[in-house]
Amino acid sequence: MLEKLLILLFASNVLAQVCMPDAPEAYKVRLSIKTALGDQAYTWNDNELYLFRATLAFAMRNYLSGQLFDVSNILVCNETERVSFWFMVKSVTNPTTLIEKQHVENAIKESRHRINSAFLLTDQTLEFLGILPTLASPFVPATPPWLIAFGVVMGVVGAGIVYFLVAAVVQRKRKKTLDEEEEAKGATENEIAGENLDGIYNTSFSDDEKVTEM
Amino acid sequence: MSRPTDRAIVSTHYPTMRLVLPNPGLEQRIPDYEKVEKLEQQELQGRPKWDNKAQYILTCVGFCIGLGNVWRFPYLCQSHGGVTFPGAFLIPYLILLVLEGTPLLLLEFAIGQRLRKGSVGVWRAINPYLTGLGISSMLVSFLIGLYYNTITAWILWYLFNSFQDPLPWNQCPLNDNKTGYVAECQDSSTVDYFFYRVTLNSSSSIGDSGGIHWPMVVSLLAAWTIIFICCIRGISTAGKAVYVTAVLPYFVLAIFLIRGLTLKGALNGVKFLFTPVVEELINPNTWLDAGAQVFFSFGLAWGGLISFSSYNPLHNNCKNDAIILSVVTAATSVYAAMVTYTIIGFRATAKYDQCIDGNIVTLLNAFDLAENNITHGNYEEAYKHLNSTYPETVMGLDILTCDMQKFLSEGVEGPGLAFIVFTEAIINMPASPAWAVLFFIMLLCLGLSTLIGTFEGVIVPLRDLHVFPKSWPQEVVAGVTFLTAFIITLLFAQHSGFYWVTLFDNFAGSVPLLCIGLFEIVIVVYVYGVDRFNEDIKFMIGSKPGIFWQVTWRFVSPLIILVILIFYLVTQAQGELTYLVWDPSSDNFPSLASVPYPDWVYAVVFLLAGVPSLALPFYALCRVIYNRCNKKNDTQKF
Repeated sequence: MLEKLLILLFASNVLAQVCMPDAPEAYKVRLSIKTALGDQAYTWNDNELYLFRATLAFAMRNYLSGQLFDVSNILVCNETERVSFWFMVKSVTNPTTLIEKQHVENAIKESRHRINSAFLLTDQTLEFLGILPTLASPFVPATPPWLIAFGVVMGVVGAGIVYFLVAAVVQRKRKKTLDEEEEAKGATENEIAGENLDGIYNTSFSDDEKVTEM
Repeated sequence: MSRPTDRAIVSTHYPTMRLVLPNPGLEQRIPDYEKVEKLEQQELQGRPKWDNKAQYILTCVGFCIGLGNVWRFPYLCQSHGGVTFPGAFLIPYLILLVLEGTPLLLLEFAIGQRLRKGSVGVWRAINPYLTGLGISSMLVSFLIGLYYNTITAWILWYLFNSFQDPLPWNQCPLNDNKTGYVAECQDSSTVDYFFYRVTLNSSSSIGDSGGIHWPMVVSLLAAWTIIFICCIRGISTAGKAVYVTAVLPYFVLAIFLIRGLTLKGALNGVKFLFTPVVEELINPNTWLDAGAQVFFSFGLAWGGLISFSSYNPLHNNCKNDAIILSVVTAATSVYAAMVTYTIIGFRATAKYDQCIDGNIVTLLNAFDLAENNITHGNYEEAYKHLNSTYPETVMGLDILTCDMQKFLSEGVEGPGLAFIVFTEAIINMPASPAWAVLFFIMLLCLGLSTLIGTFEGVIVPLRDLHVFPKSWPQEVVAGVTFLTAFIITLLFAQHSGFYWVTLFDNFAGSVPLLCIGLFEIVIVVYVYGVDRFNEDIKFMIGSKPGIFWQVTWRFVSPLIILVILIFYLVTQAQGELTYLVWDPSSDNFPSLASVPYPDWVYAVVFLLAGVPSLALPFYALCRVIYNRCNKKNDTQKF
């Protein structure tokens, strides 16, 4: 009887320490090293896995301050060629229990950037399935750049319009004074209207309309 | 240029009077050859004229080469739905250009140069009852000018936004929780979102106006002031502006062609462009669209060309001008289409690669295979192998079908094409802001040079009709016209503005042009008299137009235009009118949903298409009634 109890205790102990995929406390990790680094991709081997476990331990230490996590607290299983695997975190205080998903998730979120940098990867190439990456908000400058461009263009165009209008007014004034001087001298009027503006309708044709009988 | 020796003998007796409608009083309304020579010499001080021939040709080229080539042409090719081969559109376009475009072009050039007036003046001189045709041209030019400048406003908005890195259409904004991107952007694409949401803030139907979108008002203000400064002094400012606006696009197109050809997949696009497909050639819709596009792209029936050629010296060789312009327009259309399709090919290839990449990642993740197991090269076999070994798993995955043909002919339908397809291609090029600035400056120049001609065709008739007091100088007339136009275009600054632009483009820019063109050719040949016209041309350039012109003017061109017009009206009247909307809640999102127009739109369609087309008979009728009333009063007096 006692032996059975001992075996059961031993078995549960072992079970608690064996990593299983799809366990409630387990996360799947996927690395896309070749996509991220191309030619400079490093090969995934046990040393890299050791680094991963160390980085995770570092993240857990930062999150649960006081508890000194070690590489042995991080259990890894089901490694594949894809470079994906499952991991679980054992508690420091109670080696038979596992840390809950929420704590693991928060720890990873806090130290995500450090974890990525350790492997020269990004949020998209080092995926923790189930943990959404916090997206960097797009850079929004203080003054919208389009306003600046608009201001420049409108300024130039406005200046041009003012120039043309002023020039036209000045020209007209000059002609008026010229005409007045000519009249004062008694010169005969020009047949053609003195104004040299474009688009003045030639009046010689419109007279013909009176003749037309329809 | 040698002057014909028999010009001094002006007789009203023309040896062979073919079918010509009676037109009494014509001799009094138009100056005979001697008088017009003398007037030309005297007029040298009064009437505006071109600084040099190059300025005239550049203005006409700028007028003809416009957004129609880069924006409307590609989207017309794909507007039939399904896989449409643009090569099928190119051939009818070129054929109709020769049979319909060039004869009408010479007609407008010669009549303007001979009678030395704008569009209203010319038709009024031929017969005062026909003044309505000039009014039609003016209305059409005005309506087209309104929405054309709205597109220029969109271009300006994009141009202003191109001076930043990364470009604003490269990224989606985050949603409120910052856990993901805005749903609308996520489901469609960053460029779609930037165009439909950020730029236009589109509502989901034409009836839902949704208020004014302020960025659009600002852009419209910029657009109208820019065109104002170009036209402020008529052709003396416009003629200088075209040195830049007409020439720059060619250089930019060349740069894009070189850049485009070096992009991956560009040749796919070019091959796609030049694939002739016989079935499409038989489709009457293709010929319809090609015919209307010839009118639209040549600026025929807009009235601007008549006005421009009236500023020419009397003995300018307008026949050569017509031929040069036709050749240049045709060549530029093909050239611009090629550049457009290298970019489309590049974009299609990029999308195809992305599609395959996505599928590869899905497969690798599902089966936990090593990263280099499936590449683009062995994707097909790997997929087949996996599908045959684990069919259930594969079915459960989200594998998309990647079809290159589909991407090439993909319905980026409607006026958004240039803003969506090109901007997407640009963000995939290195140094994107530079390419974006270059591209939108080119579009701006293309738009401006056409608008200059369009508003020539509005302002000159307004003066001829004495709408403004004669004492008002050109600056004030232009200013008032553009201010009125700006206020009207606030219609397009609403949230439903995009749908209004499409409406205007479909109806104001198609049927009225065909009607006016038909009337023009019939009037010159059968009311003015083609014999008299031939003599005029002989007087101006020294030789009578040859057999090609005679045949096309008398039979071929009017017949083609009539056939296209009838077919067009029949097909439009048959179906229910539908339009495409951007509706995030629709089933096919992000594809545009096809929705029928509300009933009140039919009234608007009649205003846009019917009023300009019917202005000629309506005016003639009014004049008849007015004269009858006057005669009655006169007889009653005695």
